[in-house]
Amino acid sequence: MARMKFICDAERCIECNGCVTACKQENEVPWGVNRRRVVTLNDGVPGEKSISVACMHCSDAPCMAVCPVDCFYRTEEGVVLHDKDMCIGCGYCFYACPFGAPQFPQAGAFGMRGKMDKCTFCAGGPEKDNSREEFSKYGSNRLSQGKLPACAEMCSTKALLGGDGDVIADIFRNRALKRGKGAEVWGWGTAYGKPDNPQQQAPKGPKS
Amino acid sequence: MISARQRIAALAALIALAGLAGCGEREQVVVYQQGKYQGKPDTKPADNDPAASLYTTSKWTKGDKSSWEAAIKARNQNQNEYARVN
Repeated sequence: MARMKFICDAERCIECNGCVTACKQENEVPWGVNRRRVVTLNDGVPGEKSISVACMHCSDAPCMAVCPVDCFYRTEEGVVLHDKDMCIGCGYCFYACPFGAPQFPQAGAFGMRGKMDKCTFCAGGPEKDNSREEFSKYGSNRLSQGKLPACAEMCSTKALLGGDGDVIADIFRNRALKRGKGAEVWGWGTAYGKPDNPQQQAPKGPKS
Repeated sequence: MISARQRIAALAALIALAGLAGCGEREQVVVYQQGKYQGKPDTKPADNDPAASLYTTSKWTKGDKSSWEAAIKARNQNQNEYARVN
């Protein structure tokens, strides 16, 4: 199996925040913590684009790299999880994460950081699967019930796809081909720009 | 007998060498070595009994990873409206 991943289709997201609500409800996420949120670019301007962002479950996760107590682990399915009993709430992972995924509950009267909380891809944590302890610390474990993350399954426009990376990439590719646009959102052109002269021939001669 | 000119030349060479030593380049990028997870071990999703799950349509054999993966891939197609509607 490929790694579990999310893709958000900016052409479809209508900023309804259904994914945020589904996550909150499914995992009973406390007030002040947002495991998932919708980001809108050029809000209010015609042509605005929205995407839903949470932990991207990086293949080479920077949060894992900086954690001083090594409380992170990656499951066989590629989901990045952490042990809250180990977490010291230092916040290094928050600074390291490019997506702002780690969240810290304001647990005390003086605004002390609680233990880090983040999207678990609805895969719970290192407690007995579907136990009361697991739910209270990490939320629902839908993967162990043969389900996929609530945010992706609840998305009304199916903008947010979540699951096996190969499968959702195929779904997105097929969709982009059928509608004839939106493929440019992801890929080489977005990452590296377009060539100045596409007709230019590659230089000839032996490789150095 | 070493002449004063030779001494000065040798001294200049020594100073130049000492100066070059300051230009030595060290590796600036720390290669991260994967830390060892210190927490509790986690169980695998496929090791759960599908009969114990509420409101799920996925069926797999307990402990069989490939059957769980097949169930998840099949469920993934619910997000593909081209497969659902057409």
